[in-house]
Amino acid sequence: MNAPLRRVGVVVMILFGLLFANLNWIQAYKADEYRNSDYNGRVQVAEYERKRGNIEVGGTAYALSKETGGKLKFQRSYPGGEMYAHVLGYKPVNNADIGIEQVENDFLAGTSDQLIGDRVKDMFTGNKTGGGNVLLTLSKRAQETAYKQLQDNQVGATRGAAIAIDPRTGAVQALVSMPSFDPNPLVSHDTAAASKAFNKLEQDPERPLANRALSETLPPGSTFKIVVAAAALENGVSKETRIPAGSSWTPPTSGQPIRNAAASICPESQVTLMDAVTESCNTGFAQLGVRLGADKLKEKARQFGFEQDDLTVGQLNEGGLPVAASRTGEMTAPGGSTDPAALAQSSIGQRDVRMTPLQGALIAASVANGGSQMRPYLVKQLLAPDRTTSYYTAKPRELRRPVSGEVASDLQDMMESVVKNGTGRKAAISGYTVGGKTGTAQSGPDTPDHGWFIGYVMDKNGTPISAVCVELERAGSGGSAEAARIAGRIMAAVIADSGGR
Amino acid sequence: MTAAAVPATSPASTGEQPGVRLARSRRNAELSLLLLAMVLVAAYSATVEATALDTVTPDFWIPTAALGLVFLGLHLVIRWLAPFADPALLPAVALLNGIGVGFLRRYDLAQAAPADREHLAIFAGTGGRQLAWTLAAVMLAAGLLVIMRDHRSLSRYAYTLGLAGIVLVMIPAVLPARFSEINNAKLWIRIGGFSIQPGEFAKLALLTFFAYYLVRKREVLSLASRRVLGIDFPRGRDLGPVLVVWIISLLVLVFEKDLGTSLLYFGMFVVTLYIATERVSWLLIGLILFFGGAYLAYVLGSTVGGPFANFYLRAEIWLDPFGDPYDKGYQLVQGLLTLGTGGLFGAGPGGGQPTLLPEVQTDFIFAGIGEEIGLFGLSALLVVYLLIVERGLRAALAVRDSFGKLLAGGLAFTLGLQVFVIVGGISKLIPLTGQTTPFLSAGGSSLMANWLLIAVLLRVSDGARRPVTPGGPAVRPSGGPPEQLHGAPTEVIRP
Repeated sequence: MNAPLRRVGVVVMILFGLLFANLNWIQAYKADEYRNSDYNGRVQVAEYERKRGNIEVGGTAYALSKETGGKLKFQRSYPGGEMYAHVLGYKPVNNADIGIEQVENDFLAGTSDQLIGDRVKDMFTGNKTGGGNVLLTLSKRAQETAYKQLQDNQVGATRGAAIAIDPRTGAVQALVSMPSFDPNPLVSHDTAAASKAFNKLEQDPERPLANRALSETLPPGSTFKIVVAAAALENGVSKETRIPAGSSWTPPTSGQPIRNAAASICPESQVTLMDAVTESCNTGFAQLGVRLGADKLKEKARQFGFEQDDLTVGQLNEGGLPVAASRTGEMTAPGGSTDPAALAQSSIGQRDVRMTPLQGALIAASVANGGSQMRPYLVKQLLAPDRTTSYYTAKPRELRRPVSGEVASDLQDMMESVVKNGTGRKAAISGYTVGGKTGTAQSGPDTPDHGWFIGYVMDKNGTPISAVCVELERAGSGGSAEAARIAGRIMAAVIADSGGR
Repeated sequence: MTAAAVPATSPASTGEQPGVRLARSRRNAELSLLLLAMVLVAAYSATVEATALDTVTPDFWIPTAALGLVFLGLHLVIRWLAPFADPALLPAVALLNGIGVGFLRRYDLAQAAPADREHLAIFAGTGGRQLAWTLAAVMLAAGLLVIMRDHRSLSRYAYTLGLAGIVLVMIPAVLPARFSEINNAKLWIRIGGFSIQPGEFAKLALLTFFAYYLVRKREVLSLASRRVLGIDFPRGRDLGPVLVVWIISLLVLVFEKDLGTSLLYFGMFVVTLYIATERVSWLLIGLILFFGGAYLAYVLGSTVGGPFANFYLRAEIWLDPFGDPYDKGYQLVQGLLTLGTGGLFGAGPGGGQPTLLPEVQTDFIFAGIGEEIGLFGLSALLVVYLLIVERGLRAALAVRDSFGKLLAGGLAFTLGLQVFVIVGGISKLIPLTGQTTPFLSAGGSSLMANWLLIAVLLRVSDGARRPVTPGGPAVRPSGGPPEQLHGAPTEVIRP
């Protein structure tokens, strides 16, 4: 019986050899994959070992972590709820993170290379100091006003966005997307409940998770006329030059006539450029656009920031919330030659022209800032866990210079005329100079129009304070006037927050 | 740890050597190896506390000392009653058992509220209970050594044990699920808050019966055969017992929903059959029957469902655990992630997060330990297991009677097979089944049964290495005279 016993011994060795080989496969070859797997609870537990830093606005924490005593040691909470949701984003246990929570994750979590000194200090002192704090540029009052005014808009729009930036620096003062959502259920430690809440939001046809201010483009309507006017001013047209207008105009190759919003608008055969902007004269701008040509229009739009698809809003060096590219779209006929009908419609912000609310605010800001467009940003400062050291302070920098100071000054005159005498009267703020441009864009054959307003406010010395874009999706009639009113409120809030300069 | 154990082996301990060269008892080697094992266990416990509590409590050594004392007691019993037993067995098992208790205590630390961690009572929690069970199990093993002075006396009770084994296997299958089912496997007898796993003991009883039966039948099973394709196949009527065991194991598979136990019984039987008859055909027949049966159960599970559905589900999880990582595949996925997190060196004793792994104190203890000691540590544990198995087989080679050979060979192989089934299960080598990891998993039944198994191996190895008086029968302690054994067909090979 000894021969089979020896063979059994060999069999056992082979079985153990298989176990050993398989353990090698799992613990050596697959180790990294398993260690960092999404299903591996240790990844999360490790993340929740250290207190995550705050995201703060004007000295108040709107994203903060509280100790729980549970397995995941800290619970993230967002006291601002819906109001700050699209800026802050959220940091759930299992699902993907988004917003500032995502782009500044390393710093907030304390794993950033910048914080290596703090980690070394922790090793010696035995303290767990937590992650760093992110201070945002937002103005509490402006953000609150923008959120409330959008929610309570008087035209019954359910979707829209508002964004305000400081024209001199590019600092974002308010950023709201409607409808919004409460991020708190999404970060519940009950991961099943969190996933359920997330799925509900994701499947909502109103798409509350979308950040409309940065990532959604819509036809800008007449607000695009500022771009066309800028191109005209650089091509031999002055604000007092009389341009052809009329109650209706049909582009050469198309049977579709272009009309004005109302019969009272520029029925004369010629109006000044100033009046055409003030009244928002479609026929005048359609003809102006065709006269300038597609290339000049597209080029001017590009100089204002259209077609840029890698802009981010966060810190000024890199990273940040992604911004969708605004587009001027096709203006050529199938053969390659310019299609006057397309060009005419594009000149009044229709056809394939698409713009984000941020782009609208950037146009207004460039005009207000004498032709210099500052790069928008949200992160003002990164503070060490112990709040003594600053690891980053935003140094505003110019993104591009779309127009010269002279052209900007002319555009200011026209936009201020819009608020003083024209379609944007509701944006006026007493004691301050407000300029702007309304826009009403057709959204489809049977759906209500989108209402737009882009504008800015300056103090008596001509120092720009804020540039705003408000967009009310499918707002119907009165949408652009309501957008102008909301924009005025937001700008007034910025003034109040900055001490009424 | 194992490297130290190997040189302690006497090169003269192979069975075919003349008895006089086996005269050294090597009890002192056993004692020093045991001390080494206890030092390792104490170091493990201290490291656990230093990592998990940031401090080593003044009482950290108490569980290790309690284990050390009872192991020392067993050592003294061996010194007295089995002086020629294999000196590597006790230290190797003591090491595994000590690590098991240490890890379970470490699991309790992770479970306890932060304030209570430094004041965990010695018999508190899973670790404490395991410590108590170990004390009881070692005493039971010592008791068996005292009662059973010669392994051949077991053959007297072969039929009783065989019947008891079958009854023990069957009880959970026939009991209503609420008395026998835990975690979807009907392997238990649950009375009140108390539960025992009869299969653990049945394995010993059945093996004793197999050994006895096969020794009697080996002539006919190995000689009467037909030759097909160069392999000798047994006659049809001799296949009877094999088929009976095959059917029993498949019934276990279906009604107790446990592939592991079924594989264990069947593997155990086929291997003892092979050892007894030296016929490879039995292995082939066994393998074909088992895999055929398992495949049939899989196919039936996917089409008919019913009692086969559980096996089908387990096979599906095995094939793709990440297909349903939060529900059905959760355990296995978490086991794999835990092992992977451990990597080569592990997080260090006390540095892992065993609470994230379900069933870490029982089925998945090997993965839980693996997170903390890594591939290198687990490989060492596997080598210790392998050492025990090979030592058992060595005792079987050296012992002079056929019953002893089959008994020790079968037991040693069964232990190795059980380690293969559970460790292979949690590491996705084979479908996962609810087996205990010998000497590591929490649970009294498993500990007691496996310590009894070790006691039998110690007894057989003592019989194997005991010097033989030339011309006379083997020297026996003052136990029952085996000459009076009724019908014991043991062959005493005299030099």
